[in-house]
Amino acid sequence: MKIPLSYSFRSLWTRKLTTFLTIAGVALVAFVFTAVLMLANGIKDTMVATGSDDNAIVLRKSAESETLSIITFDEANTIGTQPEIAVGSDGQPLMTKEVLTIINLRKHGAGPSDLSNVTVRGVTPDGVMLRPQVKLTEGRMFNFGASELIVGNEIADRFDGMEIGKTIKFAGRLWTIVGHFDAGKSGFASDIWGDQNQILQAFHRQAYSSIVMRLRDKKDFSALKTKFESDPRFNDLKIEPEKQFYAEQSETLSNFISILGIVITVIFSFGAMIGAMITMYAAVANRTVEIGTLRALGFQRRSVLGAFLIESLFIALLGAGIGLVCALFLSFLTISTTDFSSFSEIAFGFTMTPSIVISTLVFATLMGFVGGFLPSFRAARLDIVNALRSG
Amino acid sequence: MPDSIVEVKNVSKIYKRDTMDIPVLQNLSLGVPEGEFLALMGPSGSGKTTLLNLIAGIDRPSSGSINIAGTDISTLSESALAKWRSRHVGFVFQFYNLIPVLTAYENVELPLLLTDLSKADRKKHVETALGVVGLSDRIHHYPKQLSGGQEQRVAIARAIVTDPTIIVADEPTGDLDRKSAEDVLALLEQLNQEFKKTIVMVTHDPAAAEKAHKTRHLDKGELSMN
Ligand SMILES: Nc1ncnc2c1ncn2[C@@H]1O[C@H](COP(=O)(O)OP(=O)(O)OP(=O)(O)O)[C@@H](O)[C@H]1O
Ligand SMILES: [Mg+2]
Repeated sequence: MKIPLSYSFRSLWTRKLTTFLTIAGVALVAFVFTAVLMLANGIKDTMVATGSDDNAIVLRKSAESETLSIITFDEANTIGTQPEIAVGSDGQPLMTKEVLTIINLRKHGAGPSDLSNVTVRGVTPDGVMLRPQVKLTEGRMFNFGASELIVGNEIADRFDGMEIGKTIKFAGRLWTIVGHFDAGKSGFASDIWGDQNQILQAFHRQAYSSIVMRLRDKKDFSALKTKFESDPRFNDLKIEPEKQFYAEQSETLSNFISILGIVITVIFSFGAMIGAMITMYAAVANRTVEIGTLRALGFQRRSVLGAFLIESLFIALLGAGIGLVCALFLSFLTISTTDFSSFSEIAFGFTMTPSIVISTLVFATLMGFVGGFLPSFRAARLDIVNALRSG
Repeated sequence: MPDSIVEVKNVSKIYKRDTMDIPVLQNLSLGVPEGEFLALMGPSGSGKTTLLNLIAGIDRPSSGSINIAGTDISTLSESALAKWRSRHVGFVFQFYNLIPVLTAYENVELPLLLTDLSKADRKKHVETALGVVGLSDRIHHYPKQLSGGQEQRVAIARAIVTDPTIIVADEPTGDLDRKSAEDVLALLEQLNQEFKKTIVMVTHDPAAAEKAHKTRHLDKGELSMN
């Protein structure tokens, strides 16, 4: 690259307004692109954090999600006798038979008939123990045998009437909120928890939704899985590592958001690329005599091509930088949306990762290259004599 | 003309516009001995710039050959020709053609970026060249902070900084007031006499032509002697 970089940078600087507007266009696209990837990543993080490595989950084979799953009391009892399950301090198998139901609650600021689905999870004492990421932040744990509830922080923060001491009505009963809990990044933060027995009774349920168990040894999982596949009593059930189950749950939503988002940003990026192209074509037209002079002095066509491409790439990378910095502020934000697999409300964060930074930079470089190539090529192809005469 | 540093032999130049052929130079020959200061005059459109561009290697003849200091430049490939220009030709344009975003120093340094000189050596050369044109105190000024005459002197510094074989100047005083024009001409004369530079200058100005050793007139694509 024989033509000095300062030539390219200062030339950009002399066209402050157009350069700035072009950078802003690229920044906008880079911001949306980064935000989408951060959200998809945040969803994955949340869901993966929901599962634990040592646990396995049992669901009905046909069920797409925990809320749609049914496990009969008989099946649950049979599962409880499996020797691969770890034993708790009480001598009983370390497992929780849980029931999930959905109730409707109003978000802060929503209209009177504008209700959102919220998951209520009936758990057993073991269920609390198997989820170490769930920690009470306020109030107390609900009493087993009472119509009491504890509320995940994402629900407590976003919905009306979730304060400690308040009561909410569903399934023909009044339930008292006695505590709030934090569940880290996991999806439990968007749950309401109560006593499994109370919830079964109130909803007149004759079956559980899922069973989560701790294994004696992680290595026993494959043996247990084989058993589930061959034993006719488990014919309608499936068992999966808990972590894998939640990761798969997140895939639909996370892929949907990534694909939709990327398609939209790629369409946007054509706008930004055309912007960069127009800017660069104008630059070439304005500097035809300069280009002719550089060539007369002995600079090669490829040096001219390089000098103009650098201008375009600089615009793109500066835009990407600004977009990335703006997107970084999204890390402080949580948004909630409907989880398509359970149709209940779930909250996610935006997570930035090095690979997202690299993706955005690569994407922007591509925009700069595509937008800048044709104009730079034209600059490089100019005939010296004609370029000099155009002054 | 065995001792000519510039040898133009039987050169024709025909521009093609659409299907029309525009013959500009016809079977033209010209020799310029080393150390000569030659002025080319002639009416507008007579092909002066075209001839100068051919000698400077930024245009190619339709037929004939151009030999400069032993190199037949009409046979060079495009990139070899670019390299050749950077070593052998110093350009002075009517409108100076300085790069507006570069300082006087950086403009003069440009041709040296195509050589293998170190930064320190480049600095020495640039400072010497700007000293010769009397602008040592304007080194870090941008073109728009200079007068037309000063700009043209920076351009001359840029033309001599690589110590080229020939200097080509196309109406170097065409855009200058009387006083600045005289300064520029005096400078070209000094380059020719003191530094033995071969100069080919196109001009409309008889006063400018007077400074040259020899004046050739170009009319309808043909050269005539004084
Ligand atoms: N690239 C080109 N395409 C077509 N015609 C051209 C081209 N360049 C020059 N000409 C024509 O060639 C002729 C000579 O042009 P040239 O620029 O050499 O004249 P000149 O003697 O330098 O004139 P002036 O004194 O006005 O600068 C003109 O008629 C011009 O229109
Ligand atoms: Mg001319």
